[in-house]
Amino acid sequence: MNRMYCDTALETHIPTPFGPSTCDMSEPYDRGLVEDYGRWREFAPGMWAWILHKFTGWVLIGYLFTHIAVLSTALDGGATYTATIQGLEALFVVRVMEIGLLAVAVFHILNGIRLLMIDLGIGLERQAASFYISLIITALIVIASVPTFLGEVGV
Amino acid sequence: MSTEHTSPEPEESTTVSDDTVTIRVFRYQPEKEDDAEPYYEEFAVPRVDGITVLDALMWARDHEDGTLTFRHSCRQGVCGSDAMFVNGRQRLCCTTQISDLAEPVQIDPLPHQGVLKDLVVDMDHFYDQMHAVDPFFDPDELPDDPLEEQRQSPENREHIKLSTRCIWCGACMSSCNIAAGDNQYLGPASINKAYRFIKDEREGEQRRDERIEQMADDHAVWRCQTQFSCTEVCPKDIPLTEHIQTLKRDAAKRDLSLW
Ligand code: SF4
Ligand code: FES
Repeated sequence: MNRMYCDTALETHIPTPFGPSTCDMSEPYDRGLVEDYGRWREFAPGMWAWILHKFTGWVLIGYLFTHIAVLSTALDGGATYTATIQGLEALFVVRVMEIGLLAVAVFHILNGIRLLMIDLGIGLERQAASFYISLIITALIVIASVPTFLGEVGV
Repeated sequence: MSTEHTSPEPEESTTVSDDTVTIRVFRYQPEKEDDAEPYYEEFAVPRVDGITVLDALMWARDHEDGTLTFRHSCRQGVCGSDAMFVNGRQRLCCTTQISDLAEPVQIDPLPHQGVLKDLVVDMDHFYDQMHAVDPFFDPDELPDDPLEEQRQSPENREHIKLSTRCIWCGACMSSCNIAAGDNQYLGPASINKAYRFIKDEREGEQRRDERIEQMADDHAVWRCQTQFSCTEVCPKDIPLTEHIQTLKRDAAKRDLSLW
């Protein structure tokens, strides 16, 4: 930390309540980034919505690339593509990741609608409630999808 | 490195007692050459009916440690000088009842600002951003007769009512993590100030366009990510995010065209 003193202030000790405050005592103490990240527990719903929206956005972008990679196996002919898909879908972990992808996509869509409403100036007083509702609907859809995704693994 | 200093009277710290309130206060004393690292100090303050966080701080200063430093003036939520980070949230100490808080009550200086001493933060940046939007009435034309009133319709007054309530406490700016990451961002309070004049029907078209022009900047309304933290902490209940969103739409409409 910086403990530099302003020479004149030290010498004269003139109280300057309205003067340049940084020079009166010392350099201000910078509490650094710890105070930002250490405070996640205090984040308000709007902040969580923002964090989740960014996170799901990046996941969707990442998925887009794997999606293109898988689709491009079709360039080698239908048989390669079918084999790739069958190979992937036979893996339990892929099924679980698909559920995750669904969760991410559904939340991103619902919160996207929420943000659209906020941009249009609609329902700003209920932004926290609409975030919670987005979460609940996402959870319901994801739970309902589990039988479909995990139904016939390895069949 | 933090040192725990306890108050002179050895009071069981962090335990909730009926006749005292424990406050845990951030201390930073740069004038102590040898030990200028910040630490927390606890004070046991007599519990009286209706005691506010500011009352507790003043009691601690007046009875325990005269060097405890914090800003305050009006003690009634008017001057905006005692916004602090109380139990994990930006609040005005003078309008916050201890009885509404979990104990021990932890009091830190406003986050995202440099600390000058104890609970006193450097507000220069906040004031700079406020002044950047010319926070004063500046009409296109003044009446010829200086004594002539510049009337405002009651509807218009009602429309800008909430935005006029700002007391420059800086709580909103401190709560905004976008402002924390972008020093050029004007911040909620100054955008609200711009809103107050943009929506004032008396200023005139030219001045309004200039103001909207300023708002249509990367570091003005477009920086807001609608996290609503400012709206949540504003002690004057100003719908800050709503005002920012309104100005976003005004800014977008400004250069909206079909082609
Ligand atoms: S808008 Fe609210 S929180 Fe921000 S400075 Fe004004 S009164 Fe304080
Ligand atoms: S002392 Fe003036 S607002 Fe709290």
